Amino acid sequence: MTTKDIIKPENLVYGKTKLLTDNVMHYCPGCSHGVIHKLIAEVIEEMGIQDRTVGVAPVGCAVFAYNYIDVDWQEAAHGRAPALATALKRLNPENVVFTYQGDGDLAAIGTAETIHACNRGENIVIFFVNNAIYGMTGGQMAPTTLEGMKTATCPYGRNTDIYGFPLKISELLAKLDGTCYVTRQSTHKTANIVRAKKAIRKAFENSMAGKGTSVVEFVSHCNTGWKMSPVQANAWMEEHMFAKYPLGDLKDTEKKHYEEPAK
Amino acid sequence: MEEIKLMKGNEAISHAAVRCGCDGYFGYPITPQSEVMETLQELKPWETTGMVVLQAESEVSAINMVYAGAGAGKMVMTSSSSPGISLKQEGISYIAAAELPCVILNVMRGGPGLGTIQPSQADYFQSVKGGGHGDYRLIVLAPSSVQEMADFVGLGFELAFKYRNPCLILSDGVIGQMMEKVVLPPFKPRRTQEEVVAQCPWATTGKKGRARNIITSLEMAPEIMEQRNLHLLEKYRTIEENEVRFEDYHCEDADYVCVSFGSSARVCKSAAELARHEGINLGVLRPITLFPFPTKKIQELAARVKGFLTVEMSAGQMVEDVRLAVNGQKPVEFFGRQGGMVPTAEEVLDALKKQLIK
Repeated sequence: MTTKDIIKPENLVYGKTKLLTDNVMHYCPGCSHGVIHKLIAEVIEEMGIQDRTVGVAPVGCAVFAYNYIDVDWQEAAHGRAPALATALKRLNPENVVFTYQGDGDLAAIGTAETIHACNRGENIVIFFVNNAIYGMTGGQMAPTTLEGMKTATCPYGRNTDIYGFPLKISELLAKLDGTCYVTRQSTHKTANIVRAKKAIRKAFENSMAGKGTSVVEFVSHCNTGWKMSPVQANAWMEEHMFAKYPLGDLKDTEKKHYEEPAK
Repeated sequence: MEEIKLMKGNEAISHAAVRCGCDGYFGYPITPQSEVMETLQELKPWETTGMVVLQAESEVSAINMVYAGAGAGKMVMTSSSSPGISLKQEGISYIAAAELPCVILNVMRGGPGLGTIQPSQADYFQSVKGGGHGDYRLIVLAPSSVQEMADFVGLGFELAFKYRNPCLILSDGVIGQMMEKVVLPPFKPRRTQEEVVAQCPWATTGKKGRARNIITSLEMAPEIMEQRNLHLLEKYRTIEENEVRFEDYHCEDADYVCVSFGSSARVCKSAAELARHEGINLGVLRPITLFPFPTKKIQELAARVKGFLTVEMSAGQMVEDVRLAVNGQKPVEFFGRQGGMVPTAEEVLDALKKQLIK
């Protein structure tokens, strides 16, 4: 049997989703953005919602997310994606709206927008990639940078006396009455990829059912910013990041709907 | 028969927004314009026209909601007052860069900083020179009555969609707070989603039946970014050619002309009446569009009048554009009050005599 015999369409067991464009990704080798993009694209296609989905891209490494997933997109100013998503969903409730944000975008400059969109229980999905560093600008300290972790703006390690503590924003968001589903996933191993994909689907389904805001955090690494090989970075992430940011569901419920006070 | 109402300028804005088919308002409370959102909440337009009204967590968030709504092809607006408008500048720059239509209302108060809640016109530079970063222009309408507050919402959306450019209604605490009679515009239904999709093929409505749309202001290649800048410049030139609006108040036989906008133009009209009683032929040129600025009209006047007095509730901002238009042909003097003080007609006439007639 030759290769030609094998690569017939009838033998195909897996293919690239049509919703992932053929544009060459700008992400560094080893980065998890590509995997997360692929999972989101696959879920959108499998749910058949590509014609009514609108994504909101952040400022950060994923600023060009709109180049890779074939749906309508709007590029937000740094941190403002949840505000954009709020308006997109409220003005066109039949649309499925998601944001895709990094830790600096979501948990530093956009903290107010994130908390208030979640607190209002906007029926949107927030995808949050936490790699504990500002990747696009060259590896500076993020709100989620671990204690003692070295970055370009804390080259001797994050001193929590000076810079405060790694922000567990997902735990904070889970406490808000507007969120229905807050989960922390990763994509560094096949089993985790399978679980992450299920979480993405559940988040989209929640938003369509009007259950409230769903937040899917992906604990990730930035091997370039961390100055490690991808293999080293994955190992370091498992040992250090998962200790601070443990994987699993933080919340799975439905927001309470308003009832007029009795007169 | 026309229905005449008595209301505040801020209230007229809200009624006009609902009546002209506005899809969404996003705001944050700040004096002296909080009546805009209060009136909208009282009107409950989501029960009648389906208009969305939302109080955001900040002015920053509100303008970014407007950015998204405009990107979705909707007729969306926000309102604020000077310190809040400063906060919105980042979003305004993005909206201008992405060439999206929206209406922004600034009911100006005195600054800088937290300043005062009393009226001012000191945000002229911010409004017409680009308050945010980068080369961009807003279409700037300056109402001087409650009637114009009502009229400029519809006009603002019309111009914003015609040029795919944000339109700023630059009002002030006098116009926002005072009550006057007003004829509200007739009810116009909101566009259906099918109409939005047809009118705005560029909008992020979901890619059903077409290639996907991307709203962004980001361009990494300088060669392409320069082309985008040049395209914007060309658009602004077209707006300058087509959309200049002004009111000529007795300039036909004037020896002297006050150039003034908004509430201070009302004071100048009273000053012109006082002056004419004393035999001084004073006219008032009131720019209605601050961008595009009525440069040609001022040049025409410069050829035949003896001088100009620019009157503003600021330290003198628009006067620079008047001087650019006059280009040294005739004297251009300035009189202004600041910090929330409104000039009187007597003060204006006195300044005219002292600074120009001598």
